[in-house]
Amino acid sequence: MKPIRLDLSLLFLFGFFLCFSSVCSDLVISKLDRRIDLSSHIVRTTTSLKIENNGVDGVSEILLPFPEHQAKNLAFLSVMISEGKGKTKEFSDSLPVDVANPVGMPPALTWYSVTLPKELGKGRSLTLEVKAVFTHILRPFPEKITQADVQLVAFQDSAYYLSPYAVKVQSLTVKLPEPKVESYTKLEKTKFSGSEIKYGPYEDLPQFSYSPIVIHYVSNKPFAVAQELVREIEISHWGNVQVTENYNLVHAGAEIAGEFSRLDYQARPHVRGASAFRNLVANLPPRAHSIYYRDEIGNISTSNVWSDSAQTLLEIEPRYPMFGGWRTSFTIGYGLPLKDFLFWSEGKRYLDITFGCPMSDVVIENLTVKVVLPEGSKDISVSVPFPVKQSQETKISHLDMVGRPVIVLQKTNVVPEHNQYFQVYYRFSNLSLLREPLMLIFGFFLFFFACVVYTHADFTISKSSPSYLAKLQWDEVQTAIQQFESIINRCLTVHDKLEASLRDLSRNGDVQACKAARKAADSLLKELSKELKPLLSFLQSSPQAVQIMPKVEELVSKERELQEKLMLKYSTVVDSYEKKSSGRDIENRVAAVQQKITLLRQEVDDLLEVIDEI
Amino acid sequence: MVAAKMDKSPADLLASPSISALMKSLKLKTKQQELLIRVSILCLVYILAFIARLFSVLRYESMIHEFDPYFNYRVTQFLTQKGFYEFWNWFDSESWYPLGRIIGGTLYPGLMVTAALIYWTLRFLRFAVHIREVCVLTAPFFAANTTLVAYFFGKELWDSGAGLVAAELIAICPGYISRSVAGSYDNEGVAIFALLLTFYLFVKAVNTGSLAWALASAFGYFYMVSAWGGYVFIINLIPLYVLVLLITGRYSMRLYVAYNCMYVLGMLLAMQIRFVGFQHVQSGEHMAAMGVFFLMQVFYFLDWVKYLLNDPKKFHTFLRITVTSAVGLGAIALGVGTASGYISPWTGRFYSLLDPTYAKDHIPIIASVSEHQPTAWSSFMFDFHILLLLFPAGLYFCFKRLSDATIFIVMYGLTSMYFAGVMVRLILVATPAVCLISAIAVSATVKNLTQLVRARSKPAPVGSGKGTSSTKALSKGSLDQSQPFQRNGAIVLLAGAFYLLSRYAIHCTWVTSEAYSSPSIVLAARGAHGNRVIFDDYREAYFWLRQNTPPDAKVMSWWDYGYQITAMGNRTVIVDNNTWNNTHIATVGRAMSSYEDEAYEIMRSLDVDYVLVVFGGVTGYSSDDINKFLWMVRIGGGVFPVIKEPDYLVNGEYRVDKGAAPKMLNCLMYKLSYYRFGELTTEYGKPPGYDRARGVEIGNKDIKLQHLEEAFTTSNWIVRIYKVKPPNNRW
Repeated sequence: MKPIRLDLSLLFLFGFFLCFSSVCSDLVISKLDRRIDLSSHIVRTTTSLKIENNGVDGVSEILLPFPEHQAKNLAFLSVMISEGKGKTKEFSDSLPVDVANPVGMPPALTWYSVTLPKELGKGRSLTLEVKAVFTHILRPFPEKITQADVQLVAFQDSAYYLSPYAVKVQSLTVKLPEPKVESYTKLEKTKFSGSEIKYGPYEDLPQFSYSPIVIHYVSNKPFAVAQELVREIEISHWGNVQVTENYNLVHAGAEIAGEFSRLDYQARPHVRGASAFRNLVANLPPRAHSIYYRDEIGNISTSNVWSDSAQTLLEIEPRYPMFGGWRTSFTIGYGLPLKDFLFWSEGKRYLDITFGCPMSDVVIENLTVKVVLPEGSKDISVSVPFPVKQSQETKISHLDMVGRPVIVLQKTNVVPEHNQYFQVYYRFSNLSLLREPLMLIFGFFLFFFACVVYTHADFTISKSSPSYLAKLQWDEVQTAIQQFESIINRCLTVHDKLEASLRDLSRNGDVQACKAARKAADSLLKELSKELKPLLSFLQSSPQAVQIMPKVEELVSKERELQEKLMLKYSTVVDSYEKKSSGRDIENRVAAVQQKITLLRQEVDDLLEVIDEI
Repeated sequence: MVAAKMDKSPADLLASPSISALMKSLKLKTKQQELLIRVSILCLVYILAFIARLFSVLRYESMIHEFDPYFNYRVTQFLTQKGFYEFWNWFDSESWYPLGRIIGGTLYPGLMVTAALIYWTLRFLRFAVHIREVCVLTAPFFAANTTLVAYFFGKELWDSGAGLVAAELIAICPGYISRSVAGSYDNEGVAIFALLLTFYLFVKAVNTGSLAWALASAFGYFYMVSAWGGYVFIINLIPLYVLVLLITGRYSMRLYVAYNCMYVLGMLLAMQIRFVGFQHVQSGEHMAAMGVFFLMQVFYFLDWVKYLLNDPKKFHTFLRITVTSAVGLGAIALGVGTASGYISPWTGRFYSLLDPTYAKDHIPIIASVSEHQPTAWSSFMFDFHILLLLFPAGLYFCFKRLSDATIFIVMYGLTSMYFAGVMVRLILVATPAVCLISAIAVSATVKNLTQLVRARSKPAPVGSGKGTSSTKALSKGSLDQSQPFQRNGAIVLLAGAFYLLSRYAIHCTWVTSEAYSSPSIVLAARGAHGNRVIFDDYREAYFWLRQNTPPDAKVMSWWDYGYQITAMGNRTVIVDNNTWNNTHIATVGRAMSSYEDEAYEIMRSLDVDYVLVVFGGVTGYSSDDINKFLWMVRIGGGVFPVIKEPDYLVNGEYRVDKGAAPKMLNCLMYKLSYYRFGELTTEYGKPPGYDRARGVEIGNKDIKLQHLEEAFTTSNWIVRIYKVKPPNNRW
């Protein structure tokens, strides 16, 4: 294997720095402790600096330089003041950090200036805790490996802290993922134990001291990089926050070269596929529901969910094991209860939700967060704890008239440290909630109304065509027949009533009541027959009714016959009652008539049915 | 649940007395009651037809099934994204590399345009649906619409009862469901609707003699032409029907109006479809319709002459001369047309329909498709169940009440049954006819039986109403005394009919859920503990192709997977399911059946970057490439005589174990399928390299690849992808 070539430019820089001397000599770092965590592909450095002011004036700004190759990969930087020691250490809120261009400083460095909350007076000291997170600064070496190889990466930095201030005592600890190192730069006071490499302590180093180191070690951690992540957070005031995340993922480690053998991978996945990763775990908020995991061509069935009251863990497995250089893209989505994320403040609603991706140790190169507010939201404002690019668009979704306002937040190089809460404030009237149901109701109403109009309107083009006239006549005939039927039916009910009164008679022998019923029935029947007459004459005159006419006439005659028989029966029964004949006697006398009545009734019913069918 | 719904309508007929009491209380007249019941049954059937097809969505997911639907889906996506004109002019360079394919001119756009219209309408109504959902649900939606058409058709043929039964039968008939479950986004999904609609409208036109209905039927035909190549069935069946009517002396003005309007307008409309073009006047398959059209004119002319010449003797001489000269002219025109090449002869596909043995001898590519095989009796039973028994009964009823309409359905039934026997997939075309004819049988039988039952039971309520009429019941009984067990017999027969129908419903539900709702992209099996195991290997491989190969990579596979690779893998393929170029397919077949170095030359000449094979040896998946291999050899050998089928067989037997032919053991397909398989133990107690799909230990375990390397193999080894290495550096 080739020895790793150091970045020569850094050495040049180092010499260059020595030319600058006494600019910041007022400040001295009395103790510096630096830890570099290489246990994942996201490099996290924690530096605690004890700064003393030996000058005359108070100092309110402290400069932090980063060499270029680090500065361009710096994803996250936070500075805090720590007080106390050991376990009782307390941290202040993070201090404001800005990019600075201090005069007279080497321009090849990128400078950040930390503004202290209050001036550091003469002779005073304070401890700063600087946390910096870098991405993409681990270089896989060799760049291509086979399926069976382990992945080796190289890390470069300086053994001494690069500082515009003189450092009295400093040390560096590098933590590795595994206790396997291919090579590392050995300086004086270098110790390798377990999975840690220690440099230092070094004492009394001047400003801009620089001593390059390279560590070449084994790292089989997933190098998961999302080149593109679009998170869409859609608020529904019906009680749901729907989150949809579209990932474009790549394994950014050493690329696989040569064959991929499933046989080898299946037999010994941790040896023949050590650098690949199988799954990712997303840490979703508690009470997440309706979780799905799919891609452009459908659902992916390899996923698991565990949930408890504190969190929901979603384990997703891409369709294939992710070897170096392989890509995949997928979408996960989940619903969250609205009340956990939406709050009121001073008459405004605000959404309070995390910014970054829920997966641990995934670097996101381009993150777009879209917050879709309900249609009709106004006075929208956003507060994000770090700088983002912000814009607005509209999205048309279900039943939208003008579209929903969408807040688009964009940020590059996002690491899990950015997983902080951000807020979107807006006004929304509850009445607007009813808009969509009302629209639906109105739509259905219109539809039914159109149906009603259609059935009642006459769309015939030629109003004088014979077929149209015939249809009109037929309609008239039909209404006439309907009336006719209803009259006959009423007659039949009158008959039924008479029969009922006869039965009453046989039970209680009340002849008078029966006679009254008879009288009422007579007048009713007379009226009905009067009504029937014009209808019959109309039907006779109408040419359309020729076919039905015989049936109608038959029905009328049968009905009349039935009526006569019924009256006959009636008078017989009443007579016999008046003569106080015995029940059996009456029955015998009526029997013949009764039989006829039943038969007639049957025929009338049948005829009615026949006419009804037409 | 489905069964219960199915039973609903026969039950309604029985339960009508009790329901009618309720209706009377609602002050509805008998007619309105009937309408209400009819409409509600139709609504239920409509819903039933839709939901019975959703099994696949519930079991798996909302996804596109099988092979061709992926192409349709891809085209629909293109249509919705780029618009209609772009779609019309689309030249697809991702398939048939290096030839490409003019998509707009070589497909039936009906399905895609329908789906896109539904999509745009829903979008316009502000329903933000995904095009995939629309495509998945298109077939069930049209199946539901087909039930409505079946109802109206049945009503036109027989009565509304038969219409209702037909709607119910077709709603769940497995023969139709097999092609219209959710996700089977294929031409047939809308084409059966269009087919039945055209037939219905034509019958309606013949029955009424109305120009409006004939025009509607022409538009139905246009829709059918735009949707499916099966329109040839319509354009041949209708002339045949007209011819039969002419011969049986049923010629009428109604028929003349209906056929002429339908034929002329339908033909002109059909010419608007680019893929069909001028075939209506130029292809032999469409000549029957034209011949009948001219025959109709001759008939009409003769009718007129007959009216002018009152002398029958003169007329007969005239008739003889005219008919002879007309037939002679027609024959000469046809002969000249065919000879000069203006009229193309019948295509092989058409021949293979008329003669089941034709494809096997002449067009192996048609014969290689499993759905083009002649139908087995069991699949008739599977797809039709009791309809198979009811079909002859329905024919009996049709013959008993012969009319223009019933003649049509009889002809449709008989011809389509013949075609269903020739090819498995044409069961689909026969299904509507079988359902309609069976519905006539069911409806007529049930109606007769219920009349018997009701004739006796009817007077009972009237009699009991009298209270004192116990004696009269006896006297009335004497009316029907002639056949003592008639009523009981009728009740028993009715119960039997309902039992049969309910068995049908249960069978259909079972078949739908078990056999026809699998997307065939995702395979499911029962694990050792009764749990469901999913083999999602196809999508695993396609997605790997999509993500991890260069965007312009060319993938060679057998043509079955072409559409899926382009739609899901988004990569260029050499051949696909369109099968328009037999030589190209034969070239791939030849590459697969050659030795590796010969195949390498072919693959280099085709610019192939990856080779994809499907292999079932690990999972026991039997429809893999090794089992299809003989067809590749046959198709390859059909064009390149270097490939000889006997080289791959041992004593006429196809084997892959030690006794296999040496050429077989060393051809590219064998090597790619079994590469490093010899080291894998698939089943406990069997030697390594035991092929579970064929149940043998493979014959060549030491496979070395020289020009290819394994690029990806899915988790269950079902899809294996190999990379074609660049040629070696000379020095």
